[in-house]
Amino acid sequence: MTLKDQACIVGVGESAYTRGSQKTVLRLVLEASRHAIRDAGLTVQDIDGFVLSSSYIYQEALAANLGVSDLRYSTTVQMGGASPVTALQSAAMAVTLGIAHNVLVPFGWNGYSEARISRRERPDAPSRPDNALSQALRNYYAPYGALAPVQHYAWLATRHRELHGTTDEDMGEVALTSRFHAQHNPRAYMYGRTLTMEQYLQSPMIASPFRVLDCCLETDGACAVVVTSAERALDLQHDPVYIMGIAEGHPYPADDIPNRPDFFKIGLSFAAPHAFEMAGVMPQDMDFAQIYDCFTYVVMLQLEALGFCGAGESREFVKGGTLRIDGDLPCNTHGGLHSEAHVWGLNHVVEATRQLRHEAGLQVEDCELGLVTGWGDFGDGSLVILRR
Amino acid sequence: MQAYDKPLPRGEDFNGDFYQFCKQHELRFQRCRDCGTWRHMPRESCQACGSFNWAWERAAGKGQVFSWTVIHRALHPGFAVELPYAAVVVELEEGVRMISHVLDLPADQLRVGLPVEVVFDDVTPEITLPKFRPSRIRQSSP
Repeated sequence: MTLKDQACIVGVGESAYTRGSQKTVLRLVLEASRHAIRDAGLTVQDIDGFVLSSSYIYQEALAANLGVSDLRYSTTVQMGGASPVTALQSAAMAVTLGIAHNVLVPFGWNGYSEARISRRERPDAPSRPDNALSQALRNYYAPYGALAPVQHYAWLATRHRELHGTTDEDMGEVALTSRFHAQHNPRAYMYGRTLTMEQYLQSPMIASPFRVLDCCLETDGACAVVVTSAERALDLQHDPVYIMGIAEGHPYPADDIPNRPDFFKIGLSFAAPHAFEMAGVMPQDMDFAQIYDCFTYVVMLQLEALGFCGAGESREFVKGGTLRIDGDLPCNTHGGLHSEAHVWGLNHVVEATRQLRHEAGLQVEDCELGLVTGWGDFGDGSLVILRR
Repeated sequence: MQAYDKPLPRGEDFNGDFYQFCKQHELRFQRCRDCGTWRHMPRESCQACGSFNWAWERAAGKGQVFSWTVIHRALHPGFAVELPYAAVVVELEEGVRMISHVLDLPADQLRVGLPVEVVFDDVTPEITLPKFRPSRIRQSSP
């Protein structure tokens, strides 16, 4: 038995995406959750499971505020930005085995007004609890001024450029694609703000090779999705979106970037073969890809890990508009973390669901199959393959 | 002299041992007593054979540049005066890799494979950070 086609995404919702929400994280998550439950055609009483990502909110408070009085299953995934897609795996297992019937998968944060990644290493920032990455970060990276993801992932990008000749313009193509797609999405933070290659190349360098426009947004906001069994999904409001294949993966070792035998073998490198095998499809079968775009080059690395192109070939793959809505592999059709909002990629799941319902703002015509990746911490990865 | 205002290693447990050797200007890594595998960061057991037996063995201090990033915006104010500076991945001859700085080399001259050797920077009376500089002699070929 596998999880193939056993569970479906039946409801999606989000809060507004802003810089300065003036709301608590819990409030944002509650707004998104109520939208998702209503979108599914369910009521709060139907929800009996949560799979949370990180610890910005607690299940006790979520249940109490929503009015979920019989919570049968609750767990929390700790894979940074890879958590929301991994959370779908846990939700699918729960509804398939009957541990819960309808599982809510929410995520929200005030990523601009409270938790700006670019400012959290300042001495006056509130201290953060230790996590699995603290040993490497505090003892071996931070003393050399390597404090944040933009600097850590730059080590991967620099070596890729040195070995394979990846250029600024190649990475810029990823940034421009997201911004172009966001112009069709009124929810997107960058809606109404176009971007040219010249503007991209003129944006200030943060940690080479990453300019500020290689980095995703810092925004406040929340998303939520509802997962239920394939059987129950047939009776609900929308066409079900089936989870065909799903897997998580962890680089080795996951808690230290430099000492990986293969520097470019990321979590997704492990997850992708498992998810494609479960789904029984090939990368080439995908009608779109929503790829976790914390940084432009990280999208390129994931394209290679997914098997859309060989190692070092993403620079050729992205040329010529491949990732654009009318290209061979439309990518981040909502604008992604770069131009819609940074909601740890749960907004990618929401967008993929809308695409497969054929109700997206910028619709991939007649799409039947698509994928969503997650990326987090020091390169943890996750992949879900979805079909209508 | 102005107080050192950059982040310092916390130096707990094995990490404290690593930095105690640095304070003595010795670059030592854990090495498995049973299978001989070197490792870094410090860990409880050998990932190659599972052994709990290990020793802090002294590394030759020679290696090469594996990757880097040149940082143009300080995310901690202590580094503002250093901008731009490179956080470099160095691969030691023993096979372990570590983050460090390469001194005496403009950032635009960093190259994959550039030979480097360790130097010790006593940044505070308590803490010494291992850093690197371009090797002065040609590395011996195997």
